[in-house]
Amino acid sequence: MDETAGGRAEEADAPIAQPGAPIISIRRVVKNYMRGGQTVEVLMGISLDIARGEFVALMGPSGSGKSTLLNLIAGIDKPTTGELLIDGEDITRLTESELAQWRAEKVGFIFQFYNLMPVLSALENVELPLLLTGLSRRERRERAELALEMVNLADRMDHTPNELSGGQQQRVAIARAIVTDPTILVADEPTGDLDRTSASEVLGMLQRLNRDLGATIVMVTHDARAAGAAQVIMHLEKGVLDSREVTVQIKH
Amino acid sequence: MFFLGLILRNALRHKLRSLLTLLGLVVAILAFGLISTVVGAWYANSEAASNARLVSRNAISLAFSLPISYKQKVRAVEGVKDVSYANWFGGIYKDPKNFFPQFAIDPESYLRIYRDYLLPEDDLRNFIRDRKGCVVGRRLADTYGFKVGDTVTLKGTIFPGDWELVVRGIYDGREAKTDTAQLFFHWDLLNETMKQKTPRRANYVGVYVVEIANPENAASISQNIDALFKNSAWETLTETEQAFQLGFVSMIEAIVVAIRFMSYVVIVIILAVMANTMAMTARERLSEYATLKALGFSPRFVAALIFGESLTLAAIGAVLGILLTFPAARGFSSLTGTLFPTMQVSDDTVVRQVISAVIVGLLAAALPAWRAARVRIVDGLRSIG
Repeated sequence: MDETAGGRAEEADAPIAQPGAPIISIRRVVKNYMRGGQTVEVLMGISLDIARGEFVALMGPSGSGKSTLLNLIAGIDKPTTGELLIDGEDITRLTESELAQWRAEKVGFIFQFYNLMPVLSALENVELPLLLTGLSRRERRERAELALEMVNLADRMDHTPNELSGGQQQRVAIARAIVTDPTILVADEPTGDLDRTSASEVLGMLQRLNRDLGATIVMVTHDARAAGAAQVIMHLEKGVLDSREVTVQIKH
Repeated sequence: MFFLGLILRNALRHKLRSLLTLLGLVVAILAFGLISTVVGAWYANSEAASNARLVSRNAISLAFSLPISYKQKVRAVEGVKDVSYANWFGGIYKDPKNFFPQFAIDPESYLRIYRDYLLPEDDLRNFIRDRKGCVVGRRLADTYGFKVGDTVTLKGTIFPGDWELVVRGIYDGREAKTDTAQLFFHWDLLNETMKQKTPRRANYVGVYVVEIANPENAASISQNIDALFKNSAWETLTETEQAFQLGFVSMIEAIVVAIRFMSYVVIVIILAVMANTMAMTARERLSEYATLKALGFSPRFVAALIFGESLTLAAIGAVLGILLTFPAARGFSSLTGTLFPTMQVSDDTVVRQVISAVIVGLLAAALPAWRAARVRIVDGLRSIG
């Protein structure tokens, strides 16, 4: 593992952030929940931009709204008010079924607890999102195998999740997330359930996807080390963006 | 195929739970089928009844007889094609628990009308010639080991004495539901004996069996027959054979209804068990369903997974339960001997078993599927089952 300490981001290592319109544009987004008859305000009119090809970590104390914001970006929740443009499309205007289709095409998910289907093999888990495309069985298999090769799990494709370690399961989840070539990858505490070595492997994989494939990644994390893998760290505090810093990326 | 494979693997994921649920399903479907078969056995005679046959009996009660002299008058009624007669004998073969129907008949006319009793020509001829001869049904013969040539001794109860009859033939039923658990012997033998022992009981029959040319005229012919003997010492009550048979069932109708009700209670119980299983299963997998929805699968897909799993379990349970119903019915039949005329698992019973299983599968999954389809993705992802 090669750690680069202190100072500004090394421009030679940073991927090229695309000029022009941001891929994610959030404008005055408010999100409230009802809890026991009371309205709880989680996001208080937050606004931020994420450029295409950026690897962003969302950090903040518990209750700051970071996971809520990630859910909104991923299209699995809707803001109370505000505008949310992903790749030029205002997803707040989509119906539930349109949003489901949008997610299938545009979003790759990486969950803290992997969320793999226990009865499916690694290959079948990766193949799952491709069922929503028009690909033939053979094409689905080929793409799923390729995705597993990219995460160095080609030799485990017939194993079910309970036959894999935590780190391996998370790599399968990453393969599942990238198999449809999504516009954005959202990761909610992807290393939260992993030991240090596995966490480092996963973060390294995310960095390679960002660097080599130009993947736009938005990651929620509590872990400063995990956040250090990103190029940009956005701090949320009480439902608003508190700070945005370009980091010195820790290479994994 | 992927979808079906996912459903099947999910259905068998928790092997012990699936096995116990399947066991309950099998037992419930089997019990439902067996009870339906037993209830059906009670109605077997009425279902085997021909709509071209009428039965005339004493209007006061079946316990009273009718004069043999009525035969020609009945035969002369317009629309009547043939007439025969019979007496219920009610004897005991070795032990009172060895119950089977015994009738004293006029062989030629009776077996002419009841064409569903298939008897080889030679056996029929031998039976007609031997006044002490009898014919037995195949099921009766198999139960007690009767063979042609055997002497069967019946201890009379209604007609006292020991009656020795020689088996001259074994008849088979034209259809599966035909009663082959009966014994027929000569009415003439009965009558001759009555003339000697109890003359006042001679020349009487229990019922007349009337074959009519056109079943649509059953009501009018019945009325015409009864009109012949109205205000006589032996008034008749004539009805279709089916109505006559149903009259016996109506005597125990409350029991039959209760038994049929129990068969549906069994289905309701297994529905509750299945619903609990599916509710538990869906609750445990809420995060999986939320994940699928996050990936872009529709709520309908999630609901279909749950319905599919429930129907898979129901289908497996139904197939096993239905298959086991047949040997169970045979076992029950051997235990009850010739108490029931027939014990056939009907197509109708199998259809109702299938429908019951489908209803159980659908209803058990309904609420869990609805909940899983409606769960908010963020709430489902937080669920830990």
